[in-house]
Amino acid sequence: MTDTAVATRVGEPIIELRHVDKWFGDFHVLRDLNLEVKKGERVVVCGPSGSGKSTMIRCINRLEEHQRGQIIVAGIELTADVKNIEAIRREVGMVFQQFNLFPHLTVLQNLTLAPIWVRKLPRKEAEETARLYLERVRIPEQADKYPGQLSGGQQQRVAIARSLCMKPEIMLFDEPTSALDPEMIKEVLDVMIELARDGMTMVCVTHEMGFARTVADTMVFMDRGEIVERGPPAEFFAHPESDRTKLFLSQILSH
Amino acid sequence: MADIDVTQELPLLVERPRPVTASPLAWLRVNLFNSIPNTILTLAALYLLAVTIPPVIRWALVDAIWHADSGRACHGAGACWAFIAEKGRFILFGRYPYQEHWRPLFVVVIFIAMILASCDRRLWGRRLALLWFAGLVAVGVLMWGGVLGMTYVENERWNGLPLTLILATVGTLFAFPLAILLALGRRSRLPAVRGICVGYIELIRGVPLITVLFMASVMLPLFLPTGITIDKLLRAQVAIILFAAAYLAEIVRGGLQAIPRGQYEAADSLGFGYWRRTRLIVLPQALAMVIPPLVNSFIGGFKNTSLVIIIGLFDLLGAANAALTDANWQGFYLEAYAFIAAIYWTFCFFMSRYSQMLEREFNKSRQR
Amino acid sequence: MTDTAAVAPRPGRPPRNPRIREVIYQILFISIVVTLAGFLIHNTLTNLRRQNIASGFGFLDREAAFGIGESLVAYSPADTYARAFLVGLLNTLYVSALGVVLATILGTVIGIARLSSNWLIRKLAQIYVEAVRNIPILLQLFFWWAMLRVSAPAPRQAWELLPGVLVSNRGFVFPVPTADPVHHWMLLAVVLGIAGAVGVGRWSRRRQTRTGAQFPSAWVGAGLVIGLPLLVFLAAGMPLKLDWPELKGFNFVGGGAVSPEFAALLIGLTVYTGAFIAEIVRAGILAVGWGQSEAASALGLKPGQRMRLIVLPQALRVIVPPMTSEYLNLTKNSSLAVAIGYPDLVSIANTTMNQTGQAIEGIAMIMAVYLTISLIISLFMNLYNRAIALVER
Repeated sequence: MTDTAVATRVGEPIIELRHVDKWFGDFHVLRDLNLEVKKGERVVVCGPSGSGKSTMIRCINRLEEHQRGQIIVAGIELTADVKNIEAIRREVGMVFQQFNLFPHLTVLQNLTLAPIWVRKLPRKEAEETARLYLERVRIPEQADKYPGQLSGGQQQRVAIARSLCMKPEIMLFDEPTSALDPEMIKEVLDVMIELARDGMTMVCVTHEMGFARTVADTMVFMDRGEIVERGPPAEFFAHPESDRTKLFLSQILSH
Repeated sequence: MADIDVTQELPLLVERPRPVTASPLAWLRVNLFNSIPNTILTLAALYLLAVTIPPVIRWALVDAIWHADSGRACHGAGACWAFIAEKGRFILFGRYPYQEHWRPLFVVVIFIAMILASCDRRLWGRRLALLWFAGLVAVGVLMWGGVLGMTYVENERWNGLPLTLILATVGTLFAFPLAILLALGRRSRLPAVRGICVGYIELIRGVPLITVLFMASVMLPLFLPTGITIDKLLRAQVAIILFAAAYLAEIVRGGLQAIPRGQYEAADSLGFGYWRRTRLIVLPQALAMVIPPLVNSFIGGFKNTSLVIIIGLFDLLGAANAALTDANWQGFYLEAYAFIAAIYWTFCFFMSRYSQMLEREFNKSRQR
Repeated sequence: MTDTAAVAPRPGRPPRNPRIREVIYQILFISIVVTLAGFLIHNTLTNLRRQNIASGFGFLDREAAFGIGESLVAYSPADTYARAFLVGLLNTLYVSALGVVLATILGTVIGIARLSSNWLIRKLAQIYVEAVRNIPILLQLFFWWAMLRVSAPAPRQAWELLPGVLVSNRGFVFPVPTADPVHHWMLLAVVLGIAGAVGVGRWSRRRQTRTGAQFPSAWVGAGLVIGLPLLVFLAAGMPLKLDWPELKGFNFVGGGAVSPEFAALLIGLTVYTGAFIAEIVRAGILAVGWGQSEAASALGLKPGQRMRLIVLPQALRVIVPPMTSEYLNLTKNSSLAVAIGYPDLVSIANTTMNQTGQAIEGIAMIMAVYLTISLIISLFMNLYNRAIALVER
């Protein structure tokens, strides 16, 4: 396995989880996970809280460590080796539930920070890219404001733009709309739908089933650390196989 | 009180949950030797401990002398705990008459009981106030005597631990109402009132406690009409009250500021005037919010009482220093200071643990 | 719709108009305060007159007639009280400034140690903080003073900590380099090094903005500031003559010396304040939410960049206000020097007050000095806070 990203063609696996296990102390949070995500594929992960779905995607960019099994991202195996981790993080962007924007920097500085310091771009080039992505998330006028001055929906869109500025191959979303007021969820989902339409590989943990139906290529249901069921959304919603899936869907879809 | 206590037991966010492995060897590897710099640090720390701890144990326990008749017999390689046995009661109670030592001992017990009772949430409110009032009356009766067959003991002979406790608790209790008035005054719309309150608070907080003690010790006699004298204990007590009030006022003001505007508006719309609104709505909430900092303030006050030695009062620290001047027992300052350090530390440590526990509970309940 | 000002107050009740009421309350309040103050002042003047104590600050021009153990400026008992006060003030500022620097270093190290992933280091730091915070500072000062004055041996049997650095009950002695013309050149080299470091920093920042390439300007700058003087030193043939303390008779001669009182005060203040600063640093770093570090990691920033660009700027906002309070506390605690015999401002003022009986003036002067220091430090902190405040809606 190399420590630089291997160029992947559309349709080839870009994330592979093979027999991944993880414990928090005595608690077995991920049990023998096996998952393959192809480049250009959009995967939506759902499941009850505590099922390990957030933990799983956080393992992909090493925000959590897995104890057993292999995780391979863009041809690089995820190990304790710092070089591998850095290479993977350059290719994987993450959007957090709590936005995690840097409050002491302007929106523009938030976006240009990583391109300047990690990809070593000159400032002008970084700023041009940043403004481009601010346009794509439809808030170009906020460039010089501070995160504290923006609404929740605007902050999350800035967070998405911030990850996009690194031109990642993969975008991970950890419940991106769960912390938003209802009227702001749509603006963020719209941006994510556009992203999907442009062909971005996405792994998204969310409860927004409408979004899932629109965008997902594969639905994955996790419960108690295991992948219980997976499949294309049409079949997943219409004919769930496992009882646990049926129970979860009945709870989620009733309102 | 002068030291701001920023400690909250925040969870150790830097350390993520690590897998609990069965063998102690694995625990060592993960927690002590998980990287080269850490290994070096661990080895350095272990070396430091190996060099310092055995001599201390040897001094304090192995070579220590537990019984001796005089200071000369007690000088050896180890600690002279016979000094504490000999001087312990003097350090604790000072020049209080020897036969009557049960009275200050009782006083200390009463104080500890009242402090422990104050920790019980169910008593908070009027009952606690009554309890403290009764407790202080009992303390006064016991210390002064003159009634119920007890001999009278003038307050110059109140020394040691009871004096520390009296100065700290009476100081805080009387400073509290003054602090509330100051805090309300500082937020008042009337510029004259606000000006005087701000001036007082900033003046006291800007100067060391020792100057306030000097001021009280030297200037209070001058302030009083000729002929009226005021004894040293009262002077020190007034100084401590005035000093504590300024710091407590800032803490109360913090609580007042944290009350949402809606509370004031609701009270106004119910037709409450200023004083009724303050008494029934604003103060109860403000005070409830700042109980942990108030406890921290008390801890600071407890430590600050040690300064009265400088104006000639013999609290716990003063009595220890006085014990060290005995010609027959010279040079045992390590033992004496260790003894009173243990007493101070026990009081302060448990009170600060209590305040941290309170803070955690308050934060939890506020997170809904 | 009624014009409240026109409604006559009913007899026996306070005036209705709130503004008039406020004015009346204030007048009442002020008159109470003024009456009380007048009463106190009258008593004071009467008492002072009866005891034949002078008033006013004229005593400052009189001869002090007492010696001062250590002083930063020349002083003899023939100097005025005013000069004695100056000595005291300088001593206070000196020990406070040193204490602030040392306590900050110690506190920052311990604060970071409390967050270490090494269990042993974490526990040791915690024990230090919990032990020191719960013992009164005066007791700690007495302890250090007794260690240095009573336990320390006579100069003949002085403990040798490092070659030439000796501890006895007369204090610390250590070698000092003798003055040499090379030192002037070395100072010049330091200044040049600093200028060079600043220049390199600016050049590397501009280069990064233009091309994105990074340059280790911090290391290079440090190298300049240390390396240039070192080069000068080597080029001049390494003239390092130290003035070693020598035992002559019952004491040391030569070298630099520090009295046990000063050392005890400095050590006590540093250890005590260091514990509180450690807690402030720890709280500041923890206050930066974990999510910030995660977001920075997810973007690919290295740990050093994470700390420098994200965590530290936010942590400093939380750390600086309580830190300046602790500096103030340290300065105020230095007044305890009077208990262990170090001639600081309070100590000298105390002696003066005892000699002249003019306690009020003395105390007023002490309070004025400390108030000024407090105000200056508060001013700087407010300016700093306003400059770095996080912008919010």
